[in-house]
Amino acid sequence: MPATHDGGVRPAAVTARGWGWRHAGRTKPAVNGLDLDIRPGERVLLLGPSGAGKSTLLHALAGVLGDSTSGSGTAGDGGPPDSDDADESGSLLIDGEPPRARRGRAGLMQQDPETQVVLSRLGDDVAFGAENLSVPRDQIWARVHEALDDVGLAHLPLDHPTSALSGGQKQRLALAGILAMRPGLILLDEPTANLDPAGVLEVREAVGRCLDKTGATLVVVEHRVAVWKDLVDRIVVLQPGSATQQAVLIDGPPDQVLKQARGMLTAAGVWVPGHVPATRRRTLAGPAAAADRASAANGEQALAPGQLLLAAEGLAVSRERPRRRGFKSVPPVPVLRDVTAQVRAGEALTVTGPNGAGKSTFALTLAGLLPPVDGKVSAAVELSRGAGIDPYKWKAEQLIARIGTVFQEPEHQFVTGRVLDELQFGPKHLGHGEERVDELLERLRLTDLVDANPYTLSGGEKRRLSVATVLAAHPQVLVLDEPTFGQDANTWAELASFLSELLDAGTAVVSVTHDEEFTHVLGGTELRLGSRELSAPGQAAPGKAAP
Amino acid sequence: MRAALTLSGNQAVLTRANPLAKFAAVFLITLVLALSIDWMSASVALICELLLFPLAGLTFTLLWQRGWPLILAAAVGGWSTSILAPDSGKVLLDVGLWSMSEGSLELGLGFLLRGLAIALPAVLLMSCTDPTDLADALAQKARLPHRFVLGTLAAMRLVGLMAEEWQTIGMARRARGVGSRGNPWQRLRATLGQSFGLLVQAIRRATRLAVTMEARGFGGASRTWARESTYSALDIWVLLGGVMIAGGAVAAALWAGTWNMVWLQGS
Repeated sequence: MPATHDGGVRPAAVTARGWGWRHAGRTKPAVNGLDLDIRPGERVLLLGPSGAGKSTLLHALAGVLGDSTSGSGTAGDGGPPDSDDADESGSLLIDGEPPRARRGRAGLMQQDPETQVVLSRLGDDVAFGAENLSVPRDQIWARVHEALDDVGLAHLPLDHPTSALSGGQKQRLALAGILAMRPGLILLDEPTANLDPAGVLEVREAVGRCLDKTGATLVVVEHRVAVWKDLVDRIVVLQPGSATQQAVLIDGPPDQVLKQARGMLTAAGVWVPGHVPATRRRTLAGPAAAADRASAANGEQALAPGQLLLAAEGLAVSRERPRRRGFKSVPPVPVLRDVTAQVRAGEALTVTGPNGAGKSTFALTLAGLLPPVDGKVSAAVELSRGAGIDPYKWKAEQLIARIGTVFQEPEHQFVTGRVLDELQFGPKHLGHGEERVDELLERLRLTDLVDANPYTLSGGEKRRLSVATVLAAHPQVLVLDEPTFGQDANTWAELASFLSELLDAGTAVVSVTHDEEFTHVLGGTELRLGSRELSAPGQAAPGKAAP
Repeated sequence: MRAALTLSGNQAVLTRANPLAKFAAVFLITLVLALSIDWMSASVALICELLLFPLAGLTFTLLWQRGWPLILAAAVGGWSTSILAPDSGKVLLDVGLWSMSEGSLELGLGFLLRGLAIALPAVLLMSCTDPTDLADALAQKARLPHRFVLGTLAAMRLVGLMAEEWQTIGMARRARGVGSRGNPWQRLRATLGQSFGLLVQAIRRATRLAVTMEARGFGGASRTWARESTYSALDIWVLLGGVMIAGGAVAAALWAGTWNMVWLQGS
C-alpha cells in the first residue's frame, strides 16, 4: 500500500485509454478518444472550449454519468450508434477500477452552490457523505470537525442553518462534505463561477490548504486560469469530441502550456492570465454626434445624452413583500435604505458592493420590478411618455419598451421554445419593432441558432440571447444583473463592446457587477453600496455614489 | 417564510422527545376526535392541549401566526354548520334560509372545537420537530427505506428555494412583457407560464442535487447514521400524555352523554 498522507488519504491515479462518451439522445460524442494518465497527487487544470466534454469527464470520474451500452470497445467506429442510449467506449479507470465500483474514492463539487448543500444543518451536511460510506458514528463526528476546520468553517455551530451561508461558504461546506469522505481524487467543476471575487478567493484558499494537507489528486475545470494557475502543476487542454481527432490537444506544466497555446486558448475564450480581451472603446464624441447616431438607429425622437431618465430618491429596498401576521400587515425590513441615484441617457451606472449589500434588489426596484419599501423611483417624462411616474405601476408592455432588465440567470427569462420566437416575443406584444430582430440576431451571432430551443444553448449563447430578447423591445434604459458572471472571455468581450455601442447610441445602462474590467470598459458613474455587516440590524447602510 | 419553519432557538422540552412518540400521541388524539362530533370531548382535548403547548415552546402570538389559517377555517366551519344544519330544539335566529337552533348551534360549536382540537396538535408537532430528526426517526426506528426518507428530506429543502425562485421568475417574466396583472384569464395564463418556468428550474435543481448526493456515495444498500435516533423516558411521558388526553376526552363525553359517533349520524 502506498504511503498515506495525514488524515488517512491515499491519492488516486486516473487512467484513460481511448475513452469516449456519447450522451443519450445525441449523435455526436461529448468526449472521444481520450488518452490520459494522472499520477497520484497530481493537480490538473482542465481547459478547453465549451463542448469539449470537460464536465462529462468529471462526471464520469465521479461515477455519476448514468448507465451506458458500453459494448463496442473501440472509439467511433462501433457501427451505427443507437442514439437513444448513452454509449461508452474505451476505458476510464481510477486506481485500475471503473469509477462506479469505487464509491467515495472521488468527490465532486459543481457550480451551483444551492445544489451542493444536501441537508439543512451544517454538521449533518458534512456528515452525509461519510454516513453513505458506512463510516462508524464516532469516526464521522471526528471527520466532520476536522473537515470544517480545514475549510475554515469551524467557528460556526454544527446546527447552523445551511440556508444562512453565503455562496462562498456553501462551496466550502461542499468541500468539507467531500473531505469527510476522505477521497483520493477531488473533482471541481467550475467551483467558483457563481461567486463574487471574495468568494472565489475563499474557495481557492480552502482547496489549496486541503490538498497540501491530504495530498489528494485534483482535477479542476475552470476557464479563469489565473485563479488556479499557481495551485496546479499541469494543464490539460481538451478539444470537442470527433471521430478522427485526439481529445487531448495540449498537455504540460502551466507556464509552458500557457506560453505554447496562448493564442489558441484566448481564441477559445479561456481567461488567460494577463490578457484582457479587446473591446470596443466608447467614443467620446460630442452630444450632437451621439444624438445623430441615436436618431439614425431608432428612427425615433432622439434623447440628448445626459438627459435624466430615471431617479431613485431615499430608496429603501427589500425582496420580501409585506408580511401577513394574523390580520396585520408588517412591512419588510429593508436590506438597504437611503439610496439616491440617477440614470441618464447614454451614461453607464455601475452598482458595486459586497455580497448581501442589496445590489440586485436595488436594481430590480429601480427597474420597476419590485415595489420600494420606502422612498421612490420616478421616471422622467422623456422616459415615461405618458405611462405615469412610477415604473412599478406600469403595465408589462409599457415597462419593456422603456426599461429592459437582463437577469443573472438567462433561463429565468425564457418564455418560448425557440430562439426566433423568443426574440419576436417582445415586438409582437408591442406591435412594432420586428425589423430589429434580424439586426440583433446578426449582431449577437444567433443567426445559426434561430430554430434551437433556448434551454439547449451553451452558457455564452444563453447570455447573448437574453440580452437580445430584452433589447428587441427597444428600451431606453437597460438594467443588467451580473451580466459577466461565469462567462468566457469571448462572450465577455462581445457583451462589453455591444453595451458600449448602445451607450454611444444613447441608451442608459445600469449594471450590477463585481467585474472591474467590465466597469472600466463602460465608464460612467459607480454606485457603491455598503455592506450589511457594517450596520446595526434594521439599520441598513446608505448607498454612496462615487464618480 | 423559511424563518417561520425553523426551530432555531427553541429549547422547549418537547423538542427533545422522539418525533415518532410525538406522532403517536398526536395520532391518538386526532383519532378519538375524528370519531365523534360533540363539544365535550373536543373541549376537554382542547383545554389539555392549550395547557400543554408551552412545553413545545409556543406562545399565543406564535400560535396565531402559524395557525391562523387553520383557526379561521375551524371558525368558518363551525359557523356554517350552525346555520345550515337541520334545526332541532328551540330556534334562536331565523333569517330566511338561514336559521340557528339550539341543536344546530350545539353541532356547530362541536365542529368548531373539534376543528381547533385537531389543528392544534398538528401545529404543536410542527413547532417542536426538526424535519431532519423526523427523517432519522423514520429511517432508524420505523425502518422506512433510507433512500426514500433522505431523498424526501433533501427535496423538502428545495421547496424553500422554489418559493424564492417563483418570485424571481415572476419578475423575470414581467421584464419580458408577460403581465401578471389584468383580467382573470390573463392572470391564469401568466400563472401557467410561470409554473412551467418553475417546473423547468425545479427539475434542473433536482437533477443537480441528485448528482451531488450520488457523488457523496448516496444510494448504497447500507449506511451508518451520524445522529442516532433514540427513545428516552420523556417519550413514555409523551405517549402517556396522548393516551390520557384521548381517554379523558372520551370519558368526559360519555359521562356528559354527548358522545356521538360519526357513523351513527345518519340514523
